[in-house]
Amino acid sequence: MARNTGKVHRVQRPGKTRKSLAVVILLPLVTFCLVPLTFCPSAFGAGRWTGVDESVVEKFASEQGREARDPLINTDQGDLLLFVFLLAGAVGGFAAGYSWRMLVEGKAKGSESTGKKSR
Amino acid sequence: MVKLFLCITLLLVAAPAQAMHISEGILPLPWAVLWYALALPCVALGIHRLNALAKEDLSFKPLVGLMAAVVFIISCMPVPVPTAGTCSHPCGTGMAAILLGPWISSLIAAVALLLQALFLSHGGLSTWGANIFSMGVIGSIAGFFTFKGLRTMGVPLGLAAFFAGLQADWATYLATSVELASGIRGSEPFLPLLEKILLAFVPTQLPLGILEGAMTAGMVMLLYRKRPDILVKMRVLSAGEAAENG
Repeated sequence: MARNTGKVHRVQRPGKTRKSLAVVILLPLVTFCLVPLTFCPSAFGAGRWTGVDESVVEKFASEQGREARDPLINTDQGDLLLFVFLLAGAVGGFAAGYSWRMLVEGKAKGSESTGKKSR
Repeated sequence: MVKLFLCITLLLVAAPAQAMHISEGILPLPWAVLWYALALPCVALGIHRLNALAKEDLSFKPLVGLMAAVVFIISCMPVPVPTAGTCSHPCGTGMAAILLGPWISSLIAAVALLLQALFLSHGGLSTWGANIFSMGVIGSIAGFFTFKGLRTMGVPLGLAAFFAGLQADWATYLATSVELASGIRGSEPFLPLLEKILLAFVPTQLPLGILEGAMTAGMVMLLYRKRPDILVKMRVLSAGEAAENG
């Protein structure tokens, strides 16, 4: 019984779980992007940070006489693209958070019911 | 912490599309059709496998939802690569392939790429097949078999997941280079053009693959700590290894 209580306690700490998830995703990302920038100030110059779709894919295609066409629904107009990306990020972030909660709380509920049964 | 996570994710996502998918109209029609023909059977297999899994056990649903959201977010998130001064994105298909298998991972990538092509001016409908084949099919297969191979050799879970993520990323860019070189070469020889495209991808994708490996290992280890039972059900872990975790 003591072991069961211990397990439930471990799973029921959502703050710890969220912290772990944030560390897993954010720490490598932030370290990867920001730390080398301190040694590479020229990276902030004009014309930097183009995507490889532009700097590689479209560049080579253009050299071979193939130009990219506008997409069917062209959201690449002014700040519209920023808005669409923000919306996509919000919806995706909500879906990821909701699914993660279902995944972890599903386990916690399972542990609780097992604990109650054993008592 | 979750709010902070969400805010930073949104800040990173909310930027113009700067990525690696092959844009609309770049590939000639016969090549676009060929990549569709190769990609769609894999997506169909993914639908079949997902239906079978849903009939078997509904507890996989949140894991599929999580992976779909993660693949969608990180495959449209431009990550600046300071060593190259360019932006590109991880794929997430290595992570999805380890946890759900390569076919469901291909299906998830297909849905993510369709949404991006339709609403985010990212990729294109004519190049959807090519993008599914490189990111969804090749990325997933590379990640899945790297993971299984390393685990068979007794490599620890986290390390195997790291190399699976790395391989999935690099294999995606190798496949993109092959698709691009074969589609745009005209009368030029294939191999020199492939070499040039690959070399152009290297400064960005080499470090980004390492980031993808770290993220994949992190997610797999987090699930190992929180839901080892689901990893056992998905045959990522043996029951004995899960029991060691407590």
